[in-house]
Amino acid sequence: MPLLEVENLQTHFRTPDGVNRAVDGVSFHVNAGETLAIVGESGCGKSVTAMSILRLIPEPPGKIAGAIRLNGKNLLELSDREMRQIRGNDVSMIFQEPMTSLNPVLTVGRQIGETLRLHQGLSKQQAEERAVEMLNLVGIPEARRRVREYPHQLSGGMRQRVMIAIALACNPKLLIADEPTTALDVTIQAQILELMRDLKHRVGAAIVLITHDLGVVAEVAERVVVMYAGRKVEEAAIGPLFRTPRHPYTQGLLGSMPKLGSSLDGTETRLAEIPGLVPSLKKKLDGCVFASRCPHTTDLCRTVAPALEEKAPGHVAACHYAAREDLGADEMVAA
Amino acid sequence: MFAYVVRRVLATIPVMAVVALFVFSLLYIAPGDPAAVIAGDQATPADVERIRASLGLDRPYLVRFGAWLWDILRGDLGTSIFTNLPVSTMIAQRIEPTLSLMIVTLLLAVSVAVPMGVVAAWKQGTIVDRAVMAFAVLGFSVPVFVVGYLLAYFFALEWDLLPVQGYTPFARGFWPWLQNLILPAIALGTVYIALIARITRATMLEVLQQDYIRTAKAKGVGQRAILFLHALKNAAVPIVTVIGIGIALLIGGAVVTESVFAIPGLGRLTVDAILRRDYPVIQGVVLLFSFVYVLVNLVIDLLYTLFDPRIRY
Repeated sequence: MPLLEVENLQTHFRTPDGVNRAVDGVSFHVNAGETLAIVGESGCGKSVTAMSILRLIPEPPGKIAGAIRLNGKNLLELSDREMRQIRGNDVSMIFQEPMTSLNPVLTVGRQIGETLRLHQGLSKQQAEERAVEMLNLVGIPEARRRVREYPHQLSGGMRQRVMIAIALACNPKLLIADEPTTALDVTIQAQILELMRDLKHRVGAAIVLITHDLGVVAEVAERVVVMYAGRKVEEAAIGPLFRTPRHPYTQGLLGSMPKLGSSLDGTETRLAEIPGLVPSLKKKLDGCVFASRCPHTTDLCRTVAPALEEKAPGHVAACHYAAREDLGADEMVAA
Repeated sequence: MFAYVVRRVLATIPVMAVVALFVFSLLYIAPGDPAAVIAGDQATPADVERIRASLGLDRPYLVRFGAWLWDILRGDLGTSIFTNLPVSTMIAQRIEPTLSLMIVTLLLAVSVAVPMGVVAAWKQGTIVDRAVMAFAVLGFSVPVFVVGYLLAYFFALEWDLLPVQGYTPFARGFWPWLQNLILPAIALGTVYIALIARITRATMLEVLQQDYIRTAKAKGVGQRAILFLHALKNAAVPIVTVIGIGIALLIGGAVVTESVFAIPGLGRLTVDAILRRDYPVIQGVVLLFSFVYVLVNLVIDLLYTLFDPRIRY
């Protein structure tokens, strides 16, 4: 049995001008100890998916339907109290904005210790001791002094380390990381990714990594779910996805990655882009969600939504033509 | 920190000097001649002139101001024209009821208004929120004396739960003392509660949108701890500021409240002094009120560091 099983997740928001189907029928699973990446551009629903797992979507205006099973237990059926016992304990989360995600008026030690006191019933002293250990673990020097400091006394990278310390304090089974490195300098990004990879092995937690950065995905993930307009359009292990992306959207994403040195040796002058914008999620689309931006669109695409099909073992994609047109990333760029 | 406190205390000196000049000038330019009032209807112009000279009222403005200020700095607030008692003695006799009323009102208002604002923000848009907001608007619009008379009518006259008016000194016991203060404190506190509840709600609404609140939820923190620890501590600075500024409302309201409930405090003393044109008493009381106001706001500035570690002096 997988650790986390998300089945037909639908997270909709009621807005004054219609229902926003931010996530519309997404299914995936995460095995214990595995790292799954969810990628897609802004507004594709990946953050909402992450927030839905912990039920952090305000309801109303949001509404979460489907099933989210953790060790077989459907989180959507739990009471608020039961849900609180899962949050920060079995499943924890780190966020994109390290500068604003920590409470500015509480000490770092208190914020780490809070989860421990809440979920493990530690005393104040024990929690502080453990907070010092956690700061050491995430590589913050002078941990004993730092636990008494406030977030504004730390740099962005340090704050994200503190967030990781908070998230891992109770040895969660699953860590959801929502764009954990996006707001950081490139050098700090590498450090944080290294830290996450290292801690994952030590703590043994599975990770759901939400990102738009395929470079990050290549670094840490084992399996990838590609989302577009609130739907899963492709899923594969990391190797096959990068080698032979099946969905034109994935191909476009890979094609739009800058390659180091390409502008210097003259092989490429302009970064490839995917033309157009993500369609509005407020109206139901008949055909393929990507039809308006896909270079291979046919009449079939505009009228019939493609189902997710297994195009190769363990590699699914939602495209009518994916099996036949096995375009590589480089050919897409040319097209 | 210590240097800051010293600097702030020193900074109150020019503020108080300006207040003193203002208080002095206000009465200087106010219509009516105290010498004529004291002399009475039967006095001749020569009598009035004699009294004026004995009070020093014939000296130039700046000389009078200088002499007055010098006396105050030595702790001499002057002598009442009417009772011939030292103003400081008159204030000392009247200060306990007013101080009691203000402290009880302050405690009542903060302990009611802050939770009200917090709950309204949490339940934004619901009937609870609307009730709080309606109360805030109403509380702000109804004058103190209307609330006072209504409370006295129902709670004291109709239902006989609390005394109608008067004041019992604290020395005679806590409950007798408090009993006489409950209705006045509610009357005086209504505006204050409305003000604090509003600012609490508005600040909390903003704080509850912050990323760190989401973090707290993701950690499994309960609703109460999120509201009263994570959010309220972040909202504290504006709330405390308004509590401090609102002390001015209490000072103004105390004058009216003491009249409605027949409390022999500084408010009543002020009203009586104004009616009698008892200049030294008016000046003394106004100076005292200004000093208290400046002092309270100094204390509040220092309290900021307690709530927000980013503020350093």
